[in-house]
Amino acid sequence: MPPLLEVDDVYAGYGPIEVLKGISLTVDTGEIVALIGANGAGKTSTLLSISGCLPARRGSMRLAGQEIHALPAHEIVHRGICHSPEGRKIFPRLTVLENLQMGAFSRRDKPGIERDLAHAFELFPILAERKHQAGGTLSGGEQQMLAVARAMMGRPKLLLLDEPSLGLAPMIVLKIFEVVRKLNDEGISILLVEQAARMALKLAHRGYVMEMGQITIAGTAAELLTDKRVQDAYLGE
Amino acid sequence: MFPVLLAAAEAPDAWQTFLQYTLIGLSNGALFALVALGYTMVYGIIELINFAHGEVFMLGSFLALALIGVMGLEEAALWQRWLGIGLLFVVVPIFCGALNVGIDLAVYKPLRDAPKLAPLVSAIGVSFVLMNVGLLWGGAADRHFPDLVSRENLLGSEAALSFTYKDLMIVAVTVPIMIALSVFVKGTRLGKAMRATAQDPLAAKLMGINADRVISVTFAIGGALAGAAAVIYGLYINTVSYQMGFTNGLYAFTAAVLGGIGNIPGAVLGGLVIGLARAFGSGYVGERWTSALVFVILIAILVFRPAGLLGTHAREKV
Ligand SMILES: Nc1ncnc2c1ncn2[C@@H]1O[C@H](COP(=O)(O)OP(=O)(O)O)[C@@H](O)[C@H]1O
Ligand SMILES: [Mg+2]
Repeated sequence: MPPLLEVDDVYAGYGPIEVLKGISLTVDTGEIVALIGANGAGKTSTLLSISGCLPARRGSMRLAGQEIHALPAHEIVHRGICHSPEGRKIFPRLTVLENLQMGAFSRRDKPGIERDLAHAFELFPILAERKHQAGGTLSGGEQQMLAVARAMMGRPKLLLLDEPSLGLAPMIVLKIFEVVRKLNDEGISILLVEQAARMALKLAHRGYVMEMGQITIAGTAAELLTDKRVQDAYLGE
Repeated sequence: MFPVLLAAAEAPDAWQTFLQYTLIGLSNGALFALVALGYTMVYGIIELINFAHGEVFMLGSFLALALIGVMGLEEAALWQRWLGIGLLFVVVPIFCGALNVGIDLAVYKPLRDAPKLAPLVSAIGVSFVLMNVGLLWGGAADRHFPDLVSRENLLGSEAALSFTYKDLMIVAVTVPIMIALSVFVKGTRLGKAMRATAQDPLAAKLMGINADRVISVTFAIGGALAGAAAVIYGLYINTVSYQMGFTNGLYAFTAAVLGGIGNIPGAVLGGLVIGLARAFGSGYVGERWTSALVFVILIAILVFRPAGLLGTHAREKV
C-alpha cells in the first residue's frame, strides 16, 4: 500500500527565489509526523505546496497513490487534505459558527457536518460559548482553537497544522496538543509544523528536520529526540 | 444644511420643499447605491477598482433602449408595457452580468497575480473601449429614452409633495434587490464563501472554496445590479448617452468610497448620502455646483476618513 502522502523531490519558490529545493517526505495513514526547522527553512512553503497554494515546479505529490501536485487548491481539499495555516487566518468578520461552516465548505453531508460541529464544540467548549461572536474578536488562543477546529470540519484524511503553538500561553498549547492527539486517535493523519520542537517530537511518531529548503535529517521521533545535531540546534537545554 | 433648516422653520412651505428634496435625494441615491454595489463587491473580492463598471451600466441602458424599440413598447397597450418593462428588468441585468464576467475573464483574470497597477490600468482601458462601443452603438448625441412610466403624482395632483409612479418604480425595484442581496450574502453558502474570500483569499482557498468561481459570481451580481440600475435610469431620467457611464460611475464610485470601499451596507449608505447631497445641492445651491459638491465630499472623505463611513479595512488587518 502506498503511503497516505508522498512528497517526492519537490521544488517550489516565489518568483525567482527558490525556497524548496528537492523536498521528499511521507506521511503514513494514522501517523503524526513533525516537520521542524529554523525560521525561514521552508516549512510553511512545504505545507502551502502540498495544499496547492504554492505550485511545485518540479517533483510530484501523491495522496493515497493519486497524483495531486497539478490540482487546484480547492480540489485538494476535496481529496481530503485540510490545512490550518500559519497565523491562523481566521475570517475576522464571520462568526465562529460561520468560520466552522466554511471549514466544511467542501462537504455536502448535512448530518455529518452537524455531528462534526457538535464534536468541535465538545473538543473546544469555549468556541461554543463564542459561537455568534465575530472571529476577529477572539483572543489569540481562541483563534488558534478555531483554526484547528475549522480544518477538522473538512473531515480530512490528512491534517496540515502550521505552528499551532505560535505565541500562545503554555496552558493553551497543551490543550491544543491534547486535541491534536485526540484527532489522531480518531484516525486523522497529521503533518505538524512546529518551532516547539521538543513538544512536537514528543507527540509525533516520526519527524523531519528542514534546513534552507531541504530535508537534512529524518527518523522516528525517539531517534530525533536523542540525535546530537537535533539536540544542539533545536532542543537547546 | 443648517441654513436650510432655519429657512424651513420660518415658512411651512420650506418644510415641504425640504421634504421634496429629501425624497428626490433618496430615490436618486438608491440608483447610485445599485451601481456603487458593483464597485464595492468587486473591490471587496479582488481589490480592483473596476473602472469599466460605469460603461457596463451605460451599455445596459442602450440595450434597454434597443429592446424597447424592438418590442414596440411605446405604442403598446398598458399591460403589454408593464410586461415589457418587467422583461427589461430580466434581460438587461443578465446581459450586464454576462458582460462583466466576460471582461473579468478576458482582461483581469490573466493579471490576477500581477502588481495591482496592471489590472487597474487595464480597467481604465476597458472603460474607454466600452465607451467607444457605446459611441458607435448610440451616436454622440443624447438619446431620448421613451417615457414609459407615468409622472402622475401618487399623492394626488393637488398635493404639495410629489411622489410619482417613477419614484415608486425606483423603490419597488431597489428595495427588494437590496434585501435579496443581503439575504444572499449573509445567509447562503455561496454568499458566505464570497465574504470569506473577501476577508482572506488564502484561507478561503484552504477551505476548498473555488476562488475563480466566487470572483465570477461577484462580477455577475455586480453587473446585474448595474443592469437593473441602467433600466431604472433610462425610465426615470429619459435621456441616455455614451457618457452617462462615466459621470454616474464617478458618483457611484464616490458613494462606494464614502461608505467604505468593499463594504456592502456602506455602498447603500454612501449612495443615499450622495443622492441627498446632490438633491440639496441643486435645490439650495444651484444645479451647476452639484458635481463639485460631490467631489468635495470625495476629497474630504479621502483626507479625513479614508476607510469610509462604515469602513473596516483598518480594523480587519489585525
Ligand atoms: N510570499 C513570499 N514571497 C517571497 N519569499 C517568501 C514568501 N514567503 C516566504 N518566503 C521566503 O521563503 C523562505 C521560506 O519561508 P517559509 O516557508 O515561511 O519558512 P518557515 O515556515 O520554515 O519559517 C524564507 O526565506 C522566506 O523569506
Ligand atoms: Mg512558517
